[in-house]
Amino acid sequence: MELENKKIKIQAKNLNVYYGAKQALFNINLEINQKEVTALIGPSGCGKSTFIRCINRMNDVIDICKVDGSIEIDGSEINDKKVDVVMLREKIGMVFQKPNPFPKSIYDNIAYGPIIHGLAEEKNQMDNIVETSLKKAALWDEVKDRLDEPGTSLSGGQQQRLCIARALSVSPEVILMDEPCSALDPIATAKIEELIDELKKSYTIVIVTHSMAQAVRVSQKTGFFHMGKIIEVDSTDKIFKNPSNKMTQDYITGRFG
Amino acid sequence: MNLLLLAIILAFSLSSYFFGRSEARKLVTGNIKLNALPAYYGYFLALWCGLPALIIFGGWSLFESTIIKTLILSDFSNIQSRDLFYERTLSFFNGNFSGEITNEIKVASERYAYLNNLAHNSKIALVASAIIASVVFAYKKIKNNNKARDDVEKILKILLFTSSLVAILTTLGIIASLLFESIKFFSTINIIDFLFGTSWSPQRAFVRDASTITPEEFLELKDAFGSVPLFAGTAFIALIAMCVAVPIGLFAGIYLAEYASTSVRKYSKPIIEILAGIPTVVYGFFAALTVGPFFRSLGESLGLTVSSESALAAGLIMGIMIIPYISSLSDDIINSVPQSLREGSYAIGATKSETIKKVVIPAALPGIIGSILLAVSRAIGETMIVVMAAGLAANLTINPLESTTTITTQIVMILVGDQEFDSPKTQAAFALGLTLFIATLFLNYIALRVVKKYREKYD
Repeated sequence: MELENKKIKIQAKNLNVYYGAKQALFNINLEINQKEVTALIGPSGCGKSTFIRCINRMNDVIDICKVDGSIEIDGSEINDKKVDVVMLREKIGMVFQKPNPFPKSIYDNIAYGPIIHGLAEEKNQMDNIVETSLKKAALWDEVKDRLDEPGTSLSGGQQQRLCIARALSVSPEVILMDEPCSALDPIATAKIEELIDELKKSYTIVIVTHSMAQAVRVSQKTGFFHMGKIIEVDSTDKIFKNPSNKMTQDYITGRFG
Repeated sequence: MNLLLLAIILAFSLSSYFFGRSEARKLVTGNIKLNALPAYYGYFLALWCGLPALIIFGGWSLFESTIIKTLILSDFSNIQSRDLFYERTLSFFNGNFSGEITNEIKVASERYAYLNNLAHNSKIALVASAIIASVVFAYKKIKNNNKARDDVEKILKILLFTSSLVAILTTLGIIASLLFESIKFFSTINIIDFLFGTSWSPQRAFVRDASTITPEEFLELKDAFGSVPLFAGTAFIALIAMCVAVPIGLFAGIYLAEYASTSVRKYSKPIIEILAGIPTVVYGFFAALTVGPFFRSLGESLGLTVSSESALAAGLIMGIMIIPYISSLSDDIINSVPQSLREGSYAIGATKSETIKKVVIPAALPGIIGSILLAVSRAIGETMIVVMAAGLAANLTINPLESTTTITTQIVMILVGDQEFDSPKTQAAFALGLTLFIATLFLNYIALRVVKKYREKYD
């Protein structure tokens, strides 16, 4: 199938994560293919968010969190001490569960990343970045006349697309999405999903979701997590039509979780 | 005697709680259901029993002595120095009067004994009838199975409203008294001279009845009450204090909120907050005895003339006193900035300090400005440190090494000791107080406007 033809973008090997004395992830091995959408599903607290936070080393922020094992992106190890997280996070954007625009104008929200990474020297370059990012996030037409207004004045769905535009502004290669639609209504959700479909042409996307239907709609590959372990990973088609594991079967048919 | 009466009222009130509760329980027969829990009937009866009696008791006790005094003095219209006469009557009545006993005092004393007795008996009668009347009224309502829960809620609401009314009326009273005395002051001293005059020397108007001031003296007084040096001194010392407190307090707050580990935070925050608990008089003598002389010797070794009471010493110590107000508040405010904003910033590759500078501080700004303005009004109102460390001379200066003075210090100086309250000098204290009050009110208004503006922008 097409799975075999894809290039591997991210590869986790024997990944273990601990919060203090509690182990959150056990021996995770997972391959994420370039330029497609990988969905991670599983009941709450199963470790799927913890996993994607390992990919951009967001767990560094948490004092008691310890990560053990290997994650390679394009074949180079990211858990190495020598890796600069600033450069890593420039390459890997992230969108969160709840829209979290900064308390700044729409324009400044997008310009934030490029300023930090020194991507634009002149005003018109920055204008250009802001415009393309907003266009990629399908938000430009709605906000082009009010770029000075605070990002927080937008609706929930618009805020989430603003956050996606913000992640796109530094031209990442990977976008991590942690339940990006859980705080949105169905119409806003449909817009985001449409957007994900469009974005996968240029970006590698990993999405954590609680909605089975969403995983089916947007992803090509699905991983099922349970109690900190990966139970099954396969093409989305196979997972939802013919899972090989009994637990996966029970979860997708709604028998638990 | 009053205490006993009070105890009796409270005892009645308490027992009527139990009585009301048990009466309510008795109502439950067959298909009759109570409209509230039995305890509510207890509360209802207790409140009705206690409150009217307490109000009558309190009101009577408050006005009793004044009414008796007026009644007695109205009988002796030909007596000079009436207050003194009344004092003598009272001490004669109590049996510890040692002066010359006049016939009038004897008569007045008998009258006092009669009125006092009458007042006392009628107080007891009134309180007793209030208790009986209101208990009977409330008892009848209970028997009709009233909605005790709603009624108790209503009574409590009235009680709470009265409390806030007391607070509001007190504020209004204070403002009125400030205003009243200030108007008297401004009838002697021109308000323009007071607000814009640059020389402050109220000693020149030493204890003098305003009505007896001659035109020459009046001209002299004209430039004795220029308050500009005081306002300048106040603003200057507050400025020095804020220069110390804002950076240190803010940075300490940021460290505590963003960098300090949980255990460091747990111990260092209370330690910083101890600074706010030190009595200001301790800061005052620390400033006057340690810091002031230190600056003077330091200045002398550099060839500068430094007054041992200097604006710098007072402002510095005041700044240290204010640090915890800013650090503690900004720590709380920074902590309340949602973690999701920080994560959003980290996720795009920002470092910790970039995140703090560009996301956390702007989000926390309204609160931080609020805490700074709170600290400013604390600095302006602070008295003890400046009394001890800044001096009393009203110099109009911007040299921090010279001594200067503040509004609060001068109010203290004016009112210390025995004073006639109708001299312009003492009335000046009220005028200063009023101006200070207006200035602080204006500051608070600006603060609220600023905070509101930023809030609209950032939330």
